[in-house]
Amino acid sequence: MSHYLEVRGLEKTFRAATGPVRVLGGVDLSLEDGEFVAIVGYSGSGKTTLVSLIAGLIASDAGTIVLDGAVVTEPGPERGIVFQQYSLLPWMSVYDNVALAVDAVNPGLSGAERRRVTEEFIALVNLSEATWKRPRELSGGMLQRVAVARGLAMRPKLLLMDEPFSALDALTRATLQDELLRIWGERRSTVIMVTNDVDEAILLADRIYPMTPGPGAVLGPAIEVGLERPRHRRHMSLTPAYQKARQGIVEFLRACRRGWA
Amino acid sequence: MSSRLGARLLLPFLGLTAVLLLWAVVSQTVAADLPSPWKTWLESKRYILEPFFKDGEMNQGIGRLAFYSLVRVAKGYLLALAIGTPIGFFLGLSRISPLAWLPLGLVVFQRSEPAAIFTIALCAMWPTVINTAVGVRGISQDYLNVGRVLKLSKLKMMTKIIIPASLPYVFTGYRLSLGIAWLVIVAAEMLTGTPGVGGFLWQEYNSLVYSHIILSVITIGAIGFILDRLMGLVESRFKTT
Repeated sequence: MSHYLEVRGLEKTFRAATGPVRVLGGVDLSLEDGEFVAIVGYSGSGKTTLVSLIAGLIASDAGTIVLDGAVVTEPGPERGIVFQQYSLLPWMSVYDNVALAVDAVNPGLSGAERRRVTEEFIALVNLSEATWKRPRELSGGMLQRVAVARGLAMRPKLLLMDEPFSALDALTRATLQDELLRIWGERRSTVIMVTNDVDEAILLADRIYPMTPGPGAVLGPAIEVGLERPRHRRHMSLTPAYQKARQGIVEFLRACRRGWA
Repeated sequence: MSSRLGARLLLPFLGLTAVLLLWAVVSQTVAADLPSPWKTWLESKRYILEPFFKDGEMNQGIGRLAFYSLVRVAKGYLLALAIGTPIGFFLGLSRISPLAWLPLGLVVFQRSEPAAIFTIALCAMWPTVINTAVGVRGISQDYLNVGRVLKLSKLKMMTKIIIPASLPYVFTGYRLSLGIAWLVIVAAEMLTGTPGVGGFLWQEYNSLVYSHIILSVITIGAIGFILDRLMGLVESRFKTT
């Protein structure tokens, strides 16, 4: 049986000055339409490399990626990305940054329609007041909201999120996690989120793959998050389902680490 | 606050006084042909106080001469930008080091008609070429990745990402090019014997009016300084990141 997204035997080695570095050593991953999957691992284990490979921004050395029946060979808006470092274009307003994505997937849109769609995505992340501001006028949390709006504006078959909230302070991070939870509840996009925050993964994801520390990182067995939706941050940590998921991930990652350290 | 302002005025004033003193001493002792500051002023004041008089092709007020030179520089400079910017973008997008192309370009262009404007353009375009090329090649991979994910067309990639991202570098190139263009004006006008600050300088040197040489040198310096400051203002407007 074939899955909505199927990643098989993905390998990637980078050539560094000190010799080749094998980052990914055969990653397998599968996703169904409308699923939210998180990949959790230590910093530097190769999570960003995996996201870049699925996005098609870099080429793999071995393995295949098939999304909705099509083999991934190059980047495209059907695999939208929210980058860790926001990657907003500083010479454009919030509106133009989002409109760039709207234009990319709806080339024939009329002026009024283009405006309506763009403003809708900006409103979705609660940034309507900042529509005409430039990125340098925004806080980190607002920047990442714009990046999320841009990612969603691509109307992707799969939204890739590369540690989207890791550069934010804890309070802002929590707010954005809650908002992402709400948006995902409304739209049911298919999402892969990479993170080093176990609680973030449990709050948001249906399923969590722990990633072994590199070199030659692979994904461990998936851990299902048995929490019912809609989820709420409050009381979540007291439920047995939460504790079971958390224990599973932390134990796996610690065991990996012991093997290396 | 007032002491800082005082220091900002005092230091240049002290420097100027020191230079004038040194000049006066040198003109009285080792260099007998060098006119003293006072003699220079007496012989030059008509050129400064009536900057737009015109007695003949080569005997005109400093304002008029500077105007001719500025027009000539403007033409050569705009030509430099018009040629240099696209070459810079091309080099920046190609994989070859921009410096490797430089000698080849010189060989090709050197044999062309050595008119003043062309000389200015030729000399002044390299900072624009190199800065543009370096700016384009230094564009953050993050911005390019956005364009790749959105599958922007070549034209959109250029207008939405590559040009705006490299603009700060391009304008630094423009600023450096302007400085060179203004420096080259002297050589260009010497070669062609046309009226302008540089031509005037050369003529007065040949007729041994040393005070007017000093006048020309100071004029060239002052205008060069003003041009650089103006371009600096333009440059800072484009510092987006």
